[in-house]
Amino acid sequence: MIEVRGLSKAFGEKVVLKDFNFTFEQGKSNLIIGESGTGKSVLIKCMVGLILPEQGQVLYHGKDFLTMSYEEQKEVRKQIGMLFQGSALFDSMTVEDNIMFPLTMFTNMTKGEKEARMQFCLDRVNLPQAAKLYPAELSGGMKKRVAIARAIAVKPRYLFCDEPNSGLDPKTSILIDELIKEITLEYDMTTLVITHDMNSVLEIGDKIAFLHKGHKEWEGTRKEILYAENEILSKFVYATKFLQHFRSKLQAEKDSLTKGD
Amino acid sequence: MNPIAIIAHIGQYFLLLGRVFRKPEKSNVFWQRFFHEVNAIGIGSLGIVAIISIFMGAVITIQAAFGFESPWIPLYAVGLAARDSIILEFSPTIVSLILAGKVGSSIASELGNMRVSEQIDAIDVMGVNSASYLILPKIAASVFIFPFVVTISMFLGHIGGFVLGVAAGVVTPYEFIYGIQYEFRPYNVVYALIKTLFFGFIIPSVSAYHGYYTKGGSLEVGQSSTRAVVYSIIVLLLFNFLLTQLLLA
Repeated sequence: MIEVRGLSKAFGEKVVLKDFNFTFEQGKSNLIIGESGTGKSVLIKCMVGLILPEQGQVLYHGKDFLTMSYEEQKEVRKQIGMLFQGSALFDSMTVEDNIMFPLTMFTNMTKGEKEARMQFCLDRVNLPQAAKLYPAELSGGMKKRVAIARAIAVKPRYLFCDEPNSGLDPKTSILIDELIKEITLEYDMTTLVITHDMNSVLEIGDKIAFLHKGHKEWEGTRKEILYAENEILSKFVYATKFLQHFRSKLQAEKDSLTKGD
Repeated sequence: MNPIAIIAHIGQYFLLLGRVFRKPEKSNVFWQRFFHEVNAIGIGSLGIVAIISIFMGAVITIQAAFGFESPWIPLYAVGLAARDSIILEFSPTIVSLILAGKVGSSIASELGNMRVSEQIDAIDVMGVNSASYLILPKIAASVFIFPFVVTISMFLGHIGGFVLGVAAGVVTPYEFIYGIQYEFRPYNVVYALIKTLFFGFIIPSVSAYHGYYTKGGSLEVGQSSTRAVVYSIIVLLLFNFLLTQLLLA
């Protein structure tokens, strides 16, 4: 579990995150949604220590990450798997070296053990034949899957995903969402997904926070989000024609029920 | 650039060095990367260093012969002048300037590209000290291999001066060899190699600083690469002056 309390961040005069509070629960896919430029990526970077926030606390199982020593932070980071927006695979390394990188750095596994774990992770993301390829030889969806394989190689307790579906076709997006959902349950991880893709929200959003202009506007589950009465959230949720149509139908049903009463 | 920005950059450079010189996570990984960098930085530069050294040795010899066209100056002075020019300045400084262009831009663009594609963030998030993992092997490899490269350059510079100088008819083989042996001071080689050690540190560290802190996209990677070369050269020339003053004056 990760608790974020009163997290704020500004770049000069521009406040990008204001007093953010949220509890990311273990074994669940916790989603942060919102329009572009609302501070979602800044939040995730503050949580993993890539950006230093002005104030607030990030509690990993009760211990504040921001006040930890460098060595303590390193220990927490070893338990974090992160999927970056652009995959962030090391392009000078093959897929197998990418996946074995955290194993080489943090474990005393033999070469055979590392290769077995690497192959297990590749099989898990349905890329059993990709070990010898370089990132430049992979498609966008394959890169994301390799990045997931690298993230789960050390069996992390926390998984952070920064827009895992960006640049992917709808079918591959669903595959990635399903994979994230499955491995969250499999490893009983605390998973945090940043997205503005409503399909992902409805597919995997066990717990959702909606960010608007740097502050948390709404919090709930994927069942609640479609019926939420928050106007700003509704504008975001029903931005697509498909969901607008769904809302019209929902409204019509509601009206007919009211008339029936 | 205003003075405050320069001070801020110097401070940030030393803070980065503080992170670079932390104990590597795994010594076997460090040595693996060290030998990879020795190959990339040192062996990979030998070709261009060899070509430049041979031709510059020849040009220095011909220019010396052209300048010494006087019955009062013995012909062996051509070899002597070529030797001192090559050992004192050409091989340690000019070759280092060339390496600043080749190695410096390569380091800055590699790290800059890793920064903008979030690969450095990925290393940090995993709990690996990215500065130490990426930069320390480059600095260690440069400090180790630069003296060898410069020594090879000195040797090839003399060979170029001898072969092409004799072929051009500006000096005889005997006079050239007598000249390069005349009042030879081994300390000059020591001085050159001490300078080279400093340059071997300056080039990768200044270039890595510019690459590591790249912000933006591919355009900024190019700009970082250019800045890395320019600042490496400026710092290198400054230290060339200071070290010459300290070691020779």
